[in-house]
Amino acid sequence: MAQSAQTVPHGGHEHHESHGLSYYLFPLDHKIIGMQYLFTGMFMALIGGFFAYAFRMQLAFPGMSVPFFGVVSAGEYNSLVTNHGSIMIFWVAMPVLIAAFGNFLIPLMIGCDDMVFPKVNRLSYQIFLLSVIVLITSFFVPGGGFGGAWTAYPPLSANAQYSLTPLGSTLWLTAVALEFVAFLLGGINFVTTVMNSRAPGMKLYDIPIVVWMIVIASILFTASVGPLIAGAVMLFMDQVVGTQFYDPAAGGDPVLWQHLFWFFGHPEVYVVLLPAMGITADVMVTFARKKLFAYRTVLYTAVGTGVLSFTVWAHHQFIAGIDPRMANVFTITTLLISIPIAEMCFVYIATLYGGSITFKTPMLWALAFVAEFLIGGVTGIFLGASGADIYFHDTYFVLAHFHYTFFPIAIIAVYAGLTYWFPKMFGRMMNDTLGKIHFWGTIIPFNMIFLPLFLLGAWGQHRRIYSYQNFPELAGDTMQNLRILATLSLVTMLLFQLVFLYNFFRSMFKGEKAGKNPWRATTLEWTTESPPGHGNWKEMPTVYRGPYEYGTPGRDQDFWPQNEPS
Amino acid sequence: MTQRTLRLVPGTETLASRPLISSAALGMLLFVLVELMMFSGLMSAFSIVKAAAPGGWPPPGQARLPIEETAFNSVVLLASGAFLLLAARRFKLRRSSASLPLLVSGLLGAFFVIFQGVEWVGLVRQGLTLTSSTHGSFFYLIVGMHALHAVGGLGFLLSTWVRLQRRSLDSSVLVATQIFWYFVVGLWPILYGMVYL
Repeated sequence: MAQSAQTVPHGGHEHHESHGLSYYLFPLDHKIIGMQYLFTGMFMALIGGFFAYAFRMQLAFPGMSVPFFGVVSAGEYNSLVTNHGSIMIFWVAMPVLIAAFGNFLIPLMIGCDDMVFPKVNRLSYQIFLLSVIVLITSFFVPGGGFGGAWTAYPPLSANAQYSLTPLGSTLWLTAVALEFVAFLLGGINFVTTVMNSRAPGMKLYDIPIVVWMIVIASILFTASVGPLIAGAVMLFMDQVVGTQFYDPAAGGDPVLWQHLFWFFGHPEVYVVLLPAMGITADVMVTFARKKLFAYRTVLYTAVGTGVLSFTVWAHHQFIAGIDPRMANVFTITTLLISIPIAEMCFVYIATLYGGSITFKTPMLWALAFVAEFLIGGVTGIFLGASGADIYFHDTYFVLAHFHYTFFPIAIIAVYAGLTYWFPKMFGRMMNDTLGKIHFWGTIIPFNMIFLPLFLLGAWGQHRRIYSYQNFPELAGDTMQNLRILATLSLVTMLLFQLVFLYNFFRSMFKGEKAGKNPWRATTLEWTTESPPGHGNWKEMPTVYRGPYEYGTPGRDQDFWPQNEPS
Repeated sequence: MTQRTLRLVPGTETLASRPLISSAALGMLLFVLVELMMFSGLMSAFSIVKAAAPGGWPPPGQARLPIEETAFNSVVLLASGAFLLLAARRFKLRRSSASLPLLVSGLLGAFFVIFQGVEWVGLVRQGLTLTSSTHGSFFYLIVGMHALHAVGGLGFLLSTWVRLQRRSLDSSVLVATQIFWYFVVGLWPILYGMVYL
């Protein structure tokens, strides 16, 4: 990428800056910023995965000295669990799905040379990097990293007397706050760019679904994060200044935090889900060689899901002492929101129906996304119903459920996107055989980790317990064996990620040259060089048709790029 | 800021879209949406704690908020908004004539912030502090958060005025400044009604 960015002519565009060292340290180019987000996200995923390894080993083999970590103490266990969750959601799913793909794809897919506010974009990454540094610092301060769960309920998070991590909790909160600022700046940029900078001829219904999904997700994030910022400021003041917003003894209210947190927390699920759905749609049409079934329905459904996602948050609080009548309302809205998502899955299946499908690696990931996410969705219905949730609340059933949603989102869809757009990002193809080995080596162990956890949860195993030895009814051999099975599967899955890393970095330098359009796809990013130079096109494209014109009768080729005149 | 150049290709002139809202204004609208939701969060938290307070609100024995003085100050802030509206209208007719109302708008805004600072000093002297009770915590948090936005808005007004003096003011920047300042001005009466009354 480095060399080609310098050699490709700029097609008469304004230069941002010279291409010295500062170009890579302080870049304005959306592609470089996207790559910065991608690699930072991948690095954080390694940390998050390592944390999962450490605490799963403790659960399977309590008290053992974990290789590469040592004995996990109870305090460390809490900190590992908390930061695994925080990292995977805030520092992996968000930066990779929205920031990395959004930055890389949006200008390329709508046919413009860069974001509308390139300097805001650069600031966004710099603040994000700062948040990463603050978070990592928090692991090494006296008392250790924050251990009050990624949801940070007070009083545990507000009061150092309870959490025992006086510095860790404040640094954690600061890191999350910085990360939000970074994504707000990015989100404002994405929406504005898509609205105002599209190529001539590209109407709203000509925008590829993945771009739409990132835009809708950005709007959702913008609209939902405000109350959490308010709540976080209050929590920060409780921690540092000594106010008592969440302390019932002084007239505060701890459940207040839960409302403010989940008002953001539930839309956040859709903030990461929608881009994943978008990536899947784009990959599926290309490898099914078929127009996306019901483009407008998908779009309207996504908007509807977004609106509905603001009305479901209290289903996380059924046993937090909220009024049962209110629980009924939230049960209904929660069950309603499964309808649009199911509809989108049906639309995707209808897209596949009658297509001429090739099972390349990206397509396998896209298919796996729909299949695995369905399991997550279906198990969610039990938790959305307040009656069943009273039993399931805070068990491993919940844990398995949301891993069946978040893993497909943050890992499976990301692999679909990465393997699909890798040729555009780096100009070379990834090895398909290694890709398939990695695919099966991830998908099979993934199911073997979390299917047993459903069972354990249904048998009453609670979350966030350091060791089950002290719970006689949970410490039996059958349950312990399932824990060991889950842990060994996790280790297997993590080892198979080495195959991906090898394939990724090897292909970057030694892969087969990709050319402009290796997948014979229709959207605009495939009409420029791989990797695209600074300014993206030598001559800016004009758009003549929708994004998914495959198999048009009477044409030689089975695909019809958006920029080709009739 | 890079702006893509719209090139007209034969047959597509009708399709080439001109932005409905300028990028500066759209970006600012999204930012205001975030801030609006943040204040909704603060206000709903405040109203829940207020409604659940056992001894009524404000809690007995707490300092009384200066209702009348702040009412006067609110009028000053609203006047600041009105002068900005006037400035924007004049800007359309003759750019240089917008300078005076824009300056007055900024000065009235600055008066509002300083007047509040003086008020705070008085309240702290009476024993109402950030940590004295949830009454004090919410008062300083909500009003202080608004004051922060007011100070930020004054920065926008100042930079807009400087650009106007240098004849480099783009109308989209003026629109963005207006959006933010109207947000600061328009939010205040609601906060005043909830917190002071």
